Amino acid sequence: MRVWGTVLATALLASAPAASVEKRSGYADLGPQTRAMQDDDGANPAFLWVGRGEALWRERPPRADGAGPAAQSCQGCHGEAPVAMRGVAARQPAWDAAAGRVMNLEQRIDRCREQRQEARPLPPEGDDRLALSAYVGLQSRGLPLATSGAGPAAATASLGERLFGTRFGQFDLSCAQCHDGAAGQRLAGSLVPQGHANGYPIYRLEWQAMGSFARRLRNCMTGVRAEPFPAGSEEAVALELHLALRAAGLRVETPAVRP
Amino acid sequence: MARALFNVPKRVRRGELFEVKVLIQHPMESGQRRDDRGAIVPRDIIHSLSCTYNGDLVLRASLFPAISANPFLSFHVLAEKSGTIEFAWQDDQGGSHSESLPITVE
Repeated sequence: MRVWGTVLATALLASAPAASVEKRSGYADLGPQTRAMQDDDGANPAFLWVGRGEALWRERPPRADGAGPAAQSCQGCHGEAPVAMRGVAARQPAWDAAAGRVMNLEQRIDRCREQRQEARPLPPEGDDRLALSAYVGLQSRGLPLATSGAGPAAATASLGERLFGTRFGQFDLSCAQCHDGAAGQRLAGSLVPQGHANGYPIYRLEWQAMGSFARRLRNCMTGVRAEPFPAGSEEAVALELHLALRAAGLRVETPAVRP
Repeated sequence: MARALFNVPKRVRRGELFEVKVLIQHPMESGQRRDDRGAIVPRDIIHSLSCTYNGDLVLRASLFPAISANPFLSFHVLAEKSGTIEFAWQDDQGGSHSESLPITVE
């Protein structure tokens, strides 16, 4: 009887969400050199992309039909990004009434390009797309994440929460088992982080390049030998929304540096 | 054209040391890796970089394949008089790049 009580208590502990644990940004676990890179905009390689993003914000992209440049640049409609885009990235992904679904920042940028500028969407994972989302994301740096999972976004938020707790792949692991249950412990030499997505797109030292949330998610899912959700799919966006809600209150660090 | 970020203070006092920071976008391909078909990916690194201050050489650096992509360098220069700081770097593709920044010494 006593043995069963212990087993049950252990099982409960292992599956309990980390509600009582303080939210910890990945930044808190960086080494001093990596922190110094993120702290100094002159040393953070992501600012190479930010510079490109600022240029993209100001220029009129070529129209998809080849009839010269678009009528408007991003700046032409929105104005100066530091004012117009302040706080935008801190609220993504968000419900989009026109599209009738939850969209992340990159999807909204793409839709803007296609519908308002009549240009082609930026190639996914391409430097230009990372550059523009990094530049827009930077304008929210320092603000607390404040995404809404209520109202029309509630269904997507609950899908994301369910996926976070679902076991995937050959390793039969859920996101929650590592990032709630084993956060702070070590997997080989690396620390298992709480998995807060508060700095995307990030400059990842392992990649020696900038990468999106979609790339990181793909990394994690192939890591547990699961088939990754396609970038921009309903499941991927739902997970991104759940992560944003889970990280609510943490400061946006875009463009963050991670090992 | 490579993109690069240079950070030099706009104004410094005469006789003071100031920090110069250089960040250049470059793949720094080591020449040791193989592609999907097993062929060596040719080496492409920035192999030399120099910095002059009003024409005087203040830094010359040789870079090697073990340096990461998008290399970052920082060094200190003694402020003497207003003028320009110029950077020049060459990579294995034969590309030669340069950039100059003004500096005011008070």
